[in-house]
Amino acid sequence: MVENTVWRRRSQVLMVMFALAAGVLLWRAVDLQVWHSGFLSTQAEARQVRVVDIPAHRGMIRDRNGEPLAVSTPVDSVWANPARLAEDTAAIERLAAVTGHDPRTLVQTVQARRDREFMYIRRHMTPDEAEVVTALDIPAVYLQREYRRYYPMGEVAAHVLGFTNIDDQGQEGMELAFDDWLRGESGSKRVIRDRLGRVVEDLGLVREPRPGRDLTLSIDRRVQYLAYRELKAAVSEHNARSGSLVILDAQTGEVLAMANQPAFNPNNRATLRSMHTRNRAVSDVFEPGSAIKPFIVAAAMDAGMVDTSSRIDTSPGWMRVQNATIRDLRNYGELSLTGVLSHSSNVGATRVAMSLPPETLWSSLRGFGFGDVTASGFPGERSGNLTHFDRWQKIRQATLAYGYGVSVTPLQLARAYAALASGGVMRDVSFVRVDAPPPGVPVTDPGHARALLGMMEYVVTEGTGTRAAVPFYRVSGKTGTARKSGLGGYEEERHVAVFAGTAPASDPRLVTVVVIDEPGGEHYAGGLVAAPVFSRVMSGALRLLDITPDDVRRDEGRVAGTHLPGEPG
Amino acid sequence: MSLYDTMTGTAPRRGSISRALQSVHIDIPLLVLIALVSLAGVAILYSASGESTAMATRQLIRLGIGFGVLLLMAQIPSSNLRLWAPWIFALGLGLLTVVLFYGDVGKGAQRWLNLGFVRFQPSELMKLAVPIMVAWYFHERVPPPRLLQVCIALIIIAIPVGLISAQPDLGTSLLVAAGGLFALFLAGLRWRIIAFMGALLAALAPLAWFFYLHDYQRQRILSFLNPEQDPLGAGYHIIQSKIAIGSGGLFGKGWLNGSQAHLQFLPERSTDFIFAVFAEEFGLLGALVMLGLYLLIIARGLHISLLAQSTFERLLAGSISLTFAAYLLINVGMVAGLLPVVGVPLPLVSYGGTSLVTLMAGFGILMSIHTRRSLIAH
Repeated sequence: MVENTVWRRRSQVLMVMFALAAGVLLWRAVDLQVWHSGFLSTQAEARQVRVVDIPAHRGMIRDRNGEPLAVSTPVDSVWANPARLAEDTAAIERLAAVTGHDPRTLVQTVQARRDREFMYIRRHMTPDEAEVVTALDIPAVYLQREYRRYYPMGEVAAHVLGFTNIDDQGQEGMELAFDDWLRGESGSKRVIRDRLGRVVEDLGLVREPRPGRDLTLSIDRRVQYLAYRELKAAVSEHNARSGSLVILDAQTGEVLAMANQPAFNPNNRATLRSMHTRNRAVSDVFEPGSAIKPFIVAAAMDAGMVDTSSRIDTSPGWMRVQNATIRDLRNYGELSLTGVLSHSSNVGATRVAMSLPPETLWSSLRGFGFGDVTASGFPGERSGNLTHFDRWQKIRQATLAYGYGVSVTPLQLARAYAALASGGVMRDVSFVRVDAPPPGVPVTDPGHARALLGMMEYVVTEGTGTRAAVPFYRVSGKTGTARKSGLGGYEEERHVAVFAGTAPASDPRLVTVVVIDEPGGEHYAGGLVAAPVFSRVMSGALRLLDITPDDVRRDEGRVAGTHLPGEPG
Repeated sequence: MSLYDTMTGTAPRRGSISRALQSVHIDIPLLVLIALVSLAGVAILYSASGESTAMATRQLIRLGIGFGVLLLMAQIPSSNLRLWAPWIFALGLGLLTVVLFYGDVGKGAQRWLNLGFVRFQPSELMKLAVPIMVAWYFHERVPPPRLLQVCIALIIIAIPVGLISAQPDLGTSLLVAAGGLFALFLAGLRWRIIAFMGALLAALAPLAWFFYLHDYQRQRILSFLNPEQDPLGAGYHIIQSKIAIGSGGLFGKGWLNGSQAHLQFLPERSTDFIFAVFAEEFGLLGALVMLGLYLLIIARGLHISLLAQSTFERLLAGSISLTFAAYLLINVGMVAGLLPVVGVPLPLVSYGGTSLVTLMAGFGILMSIHTRRSLIAH
């Protein structure tokens, strides 16, 4: 038997040791739970409370009448934490089944990324489809609310609208130009999350999400569709390389329609190629050919060198400038200014141009916007080229008269014609609806502008552009056919066919430019390839917009029934 | 009659229930304390497991089984245990050897013996067999133990400890060693030998660090010293546990409201780290009440040891009580970040069956010793 005294001493020692240990534990408890409690509570909160984004949807793009052109619909993206998911092969296979992946491939992909904590499984599923994923209840698989852009008109208005990337950021067109305006500002809220990142409790809003603002464009959906349809038909009929069509409101400078071929479907990002997505109407330049001639005449009239009664001798149908020969199709003899335009006489236009000092001609063309961007704000817009008069030789000034050695975009050309149509006032073009016409800058005498419109009516009634005629409306316009320049100079076989014009000529409302690039058939002249498109589009647009006809009397003889709309008269 | 006697109910009582319990050798104060701690444990386990009724139910069933074992052990007179001591010890050693070669592997260690119908950890048996053996060895001997006797006792302790730490199971081997050493200490081990052993341990510690400890064990000690060094890896347990305890504050966040546990930031929250859940939900006050209950159990055990009437009984009861105390101190010290992370559960509360059965068997032995005192001392 261990003696009681020994035992008592031993147990006293033990008691002291226990008291010490208990004291240490007590000190520790007070240390952690009283003195450091605040800090450690903050640490707990830091691990549990998170501020998470509430996505905001992007603003809607509407046409001028409020019809939707681009809308955002809610979608769910499925993502996973591969570091935690990789082990559970069966779960990955179940996940693959509902997200449309090949099971084996998905298992491999997830396992290859097991050192990461984030990967998308599938972007942009409809909420219904995502519901199925949620129902599987696989840990480490989560949903993320996003918005997908949808374009109801598909490829019809694709170039103007542009598109967004998968993260809802504007990439092209209006989506890019007005990205800041359209983009929503995501809000945020405080939530409690568990270790696996699941939201357990909503603590409240930190910042309200601010949805993006809507944008009303100047585009008219109906006119846009008409433009798209007719341009596509023409490019296809003539086997052309590409084509552009611009319709401006002559009084306000608004773009009512803008179409290009080839086009793309913005709802399917997989098919995007820059060859298709480029908005050629603002980003591609061409030499306008004879379509520039009205501006040469305007410059000469403003300079007082010619007037409506002037006669210009174009015989013998050709002339020499420096070492080059400028030709007309035939010898037109002595022509009025109207004749120069309606026959599109190169010799006549050259004589008019050569009568002017280079600086006068240059500054007049600059006034019409040649060689300068249009301030439309469209991303990727090009300015075209108008060489400074300092570097002009005689031949340069001569060829300029019939549209060579100068390049423009279709939009620029449309804007210049709009200046003639609105009494000589240049206005900024706008892709956004404007309610009051902007002031604009006078660039030519209003009387001269009116006179030019009158002359250009003859282009359509008896000149090169008869196929541009529109029943019941008076049309002013000008054809253009330019050879394209290649490596060895201007080529015989490749052309750009242009028609630019306005209607109704008595009170211009619409300005339309049609550009067909490299028509591949037997026809290549602007009057044969571009003018019919102008006619079809304009006759439709003028009726759609309920614009009063100004040619009822003159067209009495041609009863509507005998003419299909848009057929040249 | 002292205040302690009143508190723990040692004072004589009348009543049919207490008489009935005494007739089956149940010590009422110890039973009440064990029941209080265990039931509080079930409540906190329910919270820590994310309100899993299934886990709480299983723990209740285990407590029932544990109580059955307690009742069984209380019926065995300690003199029988003394007679069987060498055989119990030999059986334990045999099973440990078998498990080393044929054991089931779980969580990287070979600890389990599958008997077909039940899985069994022989190291748990050793928690009782080693103190029984040491107490048996010193029963007839006159204190203080001589050097040779100390060496024999140390060998008795060292063999099973070596086998267990080879599994490897650092926590259990520490507890088994503690059980034997407590018995040796109570047997009157001379202070100079204790001092010598302490010095030897200090000298061997660096050797153990390099040759004995596994990598993961070294890592645990390093991360104990500086948990913030690797907050997402080795230091994660300690940091999350300290945050849980500290964010509980004075009064706690309330039952079922401990966010560290419920949001699953706290690892091993149903087992080794359950005390952190308790401290988070019930605060400093709750933790003190809980620790107080534990200290009362330990005090009751030492009291039983003091009144025991043979050396074997005294050493055994003392060793069981002190091992229980060591259990508690190691677990709470670990959870509070005062000790390195070793796998020692919180006695009576942590989820799990095996160690609960051993503890209950130990309490049964205590009760058997206390309720069979003859009125006249030898």
